[in-house]
Amino acid sequence: MSATVIDDAPLPQRSFWQSTLRFCKRQPLGTFGLILVIIMAVTGFTAEWIAPYNPTANDFAAMTEPPSFAHLLGTDQFGRDLMSRIIYGARTALIVGLSSAVVGGFSGLVIGVASAYFGGLTDLIIQRVSDIVMAFPLIIMALAVVSIFGPGVHNVILAITIPLIPRCSRVVRSSALTIRSMPYVDAARACGFGHTRIILRHMVPNVVAPFLIMVTSFVGQAILAEASLSYLGLGVQEPVPAWGLMLQGGAEEYASTAPWIAIFPGVAIMLAVLGINLFGDALRDALDPKLRER
Amino acid sequence: MRRILLACLLAWALPATAAETPKRGGTLTYMIPADAPPSFDGHREVTFATVHSVAPFYSVLIRINPMNPSSPDDFVCDLCTEMPKPIDAGKTWTFKIRDGVKWHDGTPLTAADVAASWNSIVYPAPGVLSARASIYSMIDTITAPDASTVVFKLKFATEAFLPALADAYAFVYKAETLAKDPHWYEKNILGSGPFKFTTYELGQSISGVRNPDYYLKGLPYLDGFVGIYAPKESTRVEAIRGNRAALEFRGLPPSAEQQLRKGAEDKIAVQTSDWNCVNNMTINHKRKPFDDVRVRRALALAIDQWKGAPALAKVTNIKTVGGIVFPGSPLAATKEELQKIAGFWPDIEKSRTEARRLLKEAGAENLSFELVVRNVDQPYKYTANWVIDEWSKIGVKVNQKVVPTGPWFEAMRGGTFDVVSESACQSLVNPILDVQKFLPTNVSPQNYNQYEDPKQVELYEKLLHETDPAKVRADMRAFEDYTLDTAAHTLILVWWYRIVPYQSYVKGWKISPSHFLNQDLGAVWLDQ
Repeated sequence: MSATVIDDAPLPQRSFWQSTLRFCKRQPLGTFGLILVIIMAVTGFTAEWIAPYNPTANDFAAMTEPPSFAHLLGTDQFGRDLMSRIIYGARTALIVGLSSAVVGGFSGLVIGVASAYFGGLTDLIIQRVSDIVMAFPLIIMALAVVSIFGPGVHNVILAITIPLIPRCSRVVRSSALTIRSMPYVDAARACGFGHTRIILRHMVPNVVAPFLIMVTSFVGQAILAEASLSYLGLGVQEPVPAWGLMLQGGAEEYASTAPWIAIFPGVAIMLAVLGINLFGDALRDALDPKLRER
Repeated sequence: MRRILLACLLAWALPATAAETPKRGGTLTYMIPADAPPSFDGHREVTFATVHSVAPFYSVLIRINPMNPSSPDDFVCDLCTEMPKPIDAGKTWTFKIRDGVKWHDGTPLTAADVAASWNSIVYPAPGVLSARASIYSMIDTITAPDASTVVFKLKFATEAFLPALADAYAFVYKAETLAKDPHWYEKNILGSGPFKFTTYELGQSISGVRNPDYYLKGLPYLDGFVGIYAPKESTRVEAIRGNRAALEFRGLPPSAEQQLRKGAEDKIAVQTSDWNCVNNMTINHKRKPFDDVRVRRALALAIDQWKGAPALAKVTNIKTVGGIVFPGSPLAATKEELQKIAGFWPDIEKSRTEARRLLKEAGAENLSFELVVRNVDQPYKYTANWVIDEWSKIGVKVNQKVVPTGPWFEAMRGGTFDVVSESACQSLVNPILDVQKFLPTNVSPQNYNQYEDPKQVELYEKLLHETDPAKVRADMRAFEDYTLDTAAHTLILVWWYRIVPYQSYVKGWKISPSHFLNQDLGAVWLDQ
């Protein structure tokens, strides 16, 4: 007789560092993106210590100076150090980007899962409202919200968050619809668990992968939207350092005589969004079981 | 020999004559550096956005000579037939009105229309805003005894009367229309000027075509004009550089002039002038803690004008440190006089120490407020950034709120602001009338500081009625010291400098110290 040996030992668990190393090896572009995001985050949150100058202080002795040892990225038309303004601008971008993405994402997560779980009239109403909000491009919707509530950091966060909610809820709902029909959800319902518990403990954890990917891409979108609103004069207001704001006014006026005023904030926006998008793509590849083993 | 000499003379003279002989035809396209005028009503508004939009459609009674607009006293008739001599010891002025003047709807313009318009300016109906009513305090009555005569009777003789009458905003409106609806001209246009209104697209453009019935025969030279609204300076500069527009009349900063002239010195001409415009920070006295003179004074003391002005002159269209009076005028304060006033002290450290002491004494050490700024780069946004930085040096935190022209005026008129970055721009250089802008709000509707002050009015009345030049100057000093220092009602910043680069084919337009003057385009022509 031969005996069948079943190996029921658990798969080896990878530590955080092992997972990170594996991610870095498999996703070099994503790693590059992650590095850019980390640099941006560190720069933004340590601005007070690393910025060489006060970002709002005028220096009439150094107006429109080209890059030099004293001012590595040059100065603007008020003599303000561009490097310091870009460093502080990273903070503004992160605050707006992260706040909008996280609040918009989580709101969308809850709404999307609830919409899929309850179905029927609730789902119908939520989806039609989402259709209406999503009929407007993000920047147009944000413009409308800022026009109503006025400019400023808080209102910009609100303006960008609102259009992100239905975008997230739509994606989450489609994943949650599949999960709703799973036997374990029926089992939980049969056990008499409440709606909140079923949604939060049994459904939400299973839509986290697409949710995380969405939120990551939202950060980039929110940074771009903030820059656009600020460029249009509807976002963050002077003298608060913000990349989009740095592209208007003097940057346009001195585009031919002092191009560094426009170039460096533009490069900062480009690198930040590129980094977030590369990281988001890599995260999707890493979390998507269909793409994971390719 | 004589023939040769004559031929030489002709050869020298003819090209110049030919070049300067006005040509008829063409459409002038110019940029208007605003998003839109708050309304079309010149009597109500105080912004170039209105004048640059609608002045070509209207006539006025008298105006500054379009060929000599820098002069403070070279007045010529527009609707009148000749400049009158006053009678009754300078208290009665009788103007004869031209015959055959027609409104753009074909109906005749009479003295009754002129009188009704001026009555509407001087004595506006309840609920109607007349922004400059206060400068006509010398006028008693305006009547039209017959269809071609308008009589102004004054309460007292003053040399300030004619300059006030030549106001660029004093458009003549149709009496019948004013009687039916005094607000009609806010949203509609019907004039008797050199151009007839054709189209207006909100935030885009305004246009007009030649008025074939214009009373100044041979004018206008242009077939029409298009004014394009563009609040962004870069848009306007690019439009001029690409010859999609010939110019903007308001004025551009030195950087734009350099940019336009670079490689196109033969195509771009430039006219410059000192500008009868000054930046001021309007403080809402009705909001705490700005009801406290110590706080207002502290805000003035924090600003280093002597260092800021020359630096900002490199990047903006502001240039000269001055008080309440146009610098260079005989009534203006000397540097020594100015340096005794809060905000002009030569020792900025001493000034800021005093500012901090005043804020502490007033219990406003951690002062924080919102500064409303007009969405026009030059010089509003520049000035705002500068003063915010200056105020931060005494610990004051300021949030800047940039708004379009319409909401900017709404905030000022409604008193819904803490501090506004504003400007005092006047037409002719006439300091005695120009400073009326700074009279209390209940006297001068153009003053948005929201306060009443009988003492300030008393000082002004003394100044207005004085005729001895030396005493007028002394009275002006007393008025200035009280307004800017003792009561610190408003903050005067730096005076502007007007630079107008334009396509050199534009002829017949001359710069003046005011961007309100000489804007009817009647004498403008294109050398193309």
